[in-house]
Amino acid sequence: MTTEVVDPVPGAGAPHLPRQTGLVQLLTPEGERVQHPDYAIDVTAEELRDLYRDLVLVRRWDVEATALQRQGELGIWASLLGQEAAQIGAGRALRPDDTAFPTYREHGVAWTRGVDPLHVISLFRGVDNGGWDPVATGFNLYTVVIGAQCLHATGYAMGLQRDGAESAALAFLGDGATSQGEVNEAMIWAASFSAPVVFFCQNNQYAISVPLERQTRIPLYQRAAGFGFPGVRVDGNDVLAVLAVTRAALAAAREGQGPTFIEAFTYRMGAHTTSDDPTRYRLASELEEWKLRDPIARVKAYLSRTGTADADFFADVEAQADELAVRIRRGTTEMADPPGRAMFDRVYAEQTPHLAAQQAQFEAYQAGFEGGGH
Amino acid sequence: MAETLTIGKALNLGLRRAMEDDAKVVLMGEDIGRLGGVFRITDGLQKDFGEDRVVDTPLAEAGILGTAVGLAMRGYRPVCEIQFDGFVFPAYNQIVTQVAKIHARSRGRLPMPVVIRIPFGGGIGAVEHHSESPEAYFAHTPGLKVVAVSNPVDAYWGIQQAIAHPDPVVFLEPKRRYWDKGEVDTGATPEALFASRVVRAGDDVTVLAYGPMVKTALQAAEAAAEEGRSLEVVDLRTISPLDLDPVVDSVRRTGRCVVVHEAPVTLGLGAEIAARVTEHCFHSLEAPVLRVGGYDTPYPPSKLEEEYLPDLDRVLDAVDRAMEF
Ligand SMILES: Cc1ncc(C[n+]2csc(CCOP(=O)(O)OP(=O)(O)O)c2C)c(N)n1
Repeated sequence: MTTEVVDPVPGAGAPHLPRQTGLVQLLTPEGERVQHPDYAIDVTAEELRDLYRDLVLVRRWDVEATALQRQGELGIWASLLGQEAAQIGAGRALRPDDTAFPTYREHGVAWTRGVDPLHVISLFRGVDNGGWDPVATGFNLYTVVIGAQCLHATGYAMGLQRDGAESAALAFLGDGATSQGEVNEAMIWAASFSAPVVFFCQNNQYAISVPLERQTRIPLYQRAAGFGFPGVRVDGNDVLAVLAVTRAALAAAREGQGPTFIEAFTYRMGAHTTSDDPTRYRLASELEEWKLRDPIARVKAYLSRTGTADADFFADVEAQADELAVRIRRGTTEMADPPGRAMFDRVYAEQTPHLAAQQAQFEAYQAGFEGGGH
Repeated sequence: MAETLTIGKALNLGLRRAMEDDAKVVLMGEDIGRLGGVFRITDGLQKDFGEDRVVDTPLAEAGILGTAVGLAMRGYRPVCEIQFDGFVFPAYNQIVTQVAKIHARSRGRLPMPVVIRIPFGGGIGAVEHHSESPEAYFAHTPGLKVVAVSNPVDAYWGIQQAIAHPDPVVFLEPKRRYWDKGEVDTGATPEALFASRVVRAGDDVTVLAYGPMVKTALQAAEAAAEEGRSLEVVDLRTISPLDLDPVVDSVRRTGRCVVVHEAPVTLGLGAEIAARVTEHCFHSLEAPVLRVGGYDTPYPPSKLEEEYLPDLDRVLDAVDRAMEF
């Protein structure tokens, strides 16, 4: 088989995009297994079926959350539609002792870390800033300010290194984020200290409305060379390739070989968030082209063709997805609003007298309303 | 030529007119081109003025402000859009160490007519970093001017005046009021940019507000009137320089003053105003200057913002307290 798949769908992609070069792929859009000399991966039939299940479940979660937003249950939702393979592949490459540093779109990675979808949803509902335990899950809190988490991941990795821990940090970022000064600083730090950190960039081609060409003149993965560490471009819609590439990069990091930059070449099929209108900045034809590279369809095709999974399996996964959707819907609509005093909780590890007094005033004022005294 | 415009549309027309008037005006920001900005304030401008004058920038705020500095040195008038208040901080270094100081450091040889447009404040149900009130950081920095508009008339004229102004102006737009409408006479002579204005006359208490809180203050005055209490509302309009004369005149008459803003009260603009009003009106004051603001907590998740943000009840509560002295 081919060693490296160059431009797997000739001519596909947005017209402004550079030709895809050096794309690592292990499962073609048609569902054919191909080999790569650097990224061999052995997966059992069961592992493949599990990956498929992950992909389907996170997509269903995403679709349900988008619907909940439309119905007014969530303030906003950042959809991962189209990016499932990039996230599941990267997330499943992590070991329990590794730590992920997400942006605001990594619901699929959250899933692989055992974070309850309702915790992620609570943030978008405006109930809290993310209710999960970042320490217990090894999945950090979401980061809305673009790029900030890349420095955190690098510093965390430096801590791992000092402690002699053989674990790694995995920083997530978007193509737009690569323009931020802080992201570039993170890469300089990571290189300079050979920190066990992997930068996982989901190049979904747009930063809200701004196409990739406004952030870079060269393929993003080639930037890594300038920082002095390897850069790899992987088919972000190929869960196997993403798994293999991320595993290898994390292993290298744990072994003291320093950082890697992974560019997962993918596409955001939905809007940037539910507040966005993508028809203003991209063509329907582009979307149609990317549909042909759907990350789930190709795994399904492979599983069916090779007899690795049968109709019962697919039906079972669908049933699980339905169940998940129901749980998410019910959990969201039943999610209680936080009490007002929650604002004052844990602003500090050690509460200040000033804030305690302000909290007491707040509570007294609120009580005045409840007693109808106002 | 009176037109009914939203604040958002008034800004859009103001920007358009500023670009027509001066070919050196360049808009820069994330998603301001094809998308027209996330709030559509620059809608249609790239189409009409081209990609060189309405620049979709890379996703980097330090880059937006840092290059604006260089463009300003070359005689351009950059108008930078920061997408949301919480994202101005990557550019903070450029704003406070460079934009603010270069005029003084160059002894006036390097012009710095940069406008930094920031949709600010809460109340739109957003996630974190989308609802902040960072005005005090900028007002505390000598070399910057800071204005906060509250209505379509000031939005329309204010943005043009800020752009034509020789100094850097942080131009705060009340994002939750973008859709509020009002009559704008585009042929009128505008009021000066750095001037506050009495927007409702009254005798009992002077209420000071700016940006999104002006509407809240006016609602409070309306409600107070029903109870026979007369509030005078002053729209500060400008935060730096502060135009205190109308405030001092007012407080000398009413003897009472309440300052309202969304930002946390501690070291917020209210603190500065309280100090100055006390200095100038000490003998007229019947009560201490009271502040109504956000609590000294991070801006909370959106389900709690109603409780965090000053509303008319909290303004009235402060008015009651002022009257009790
Ligand atoms: C510092 C900062 N500036 C602006 C924004 C507003 N914003 C949110 S997402 C986004 C685009 C991000 O694009 P990219 O990094 O490619 O990630 P994607 O959303 O495509 O996953 C922008 C401009 C922000 N969150 N933080």
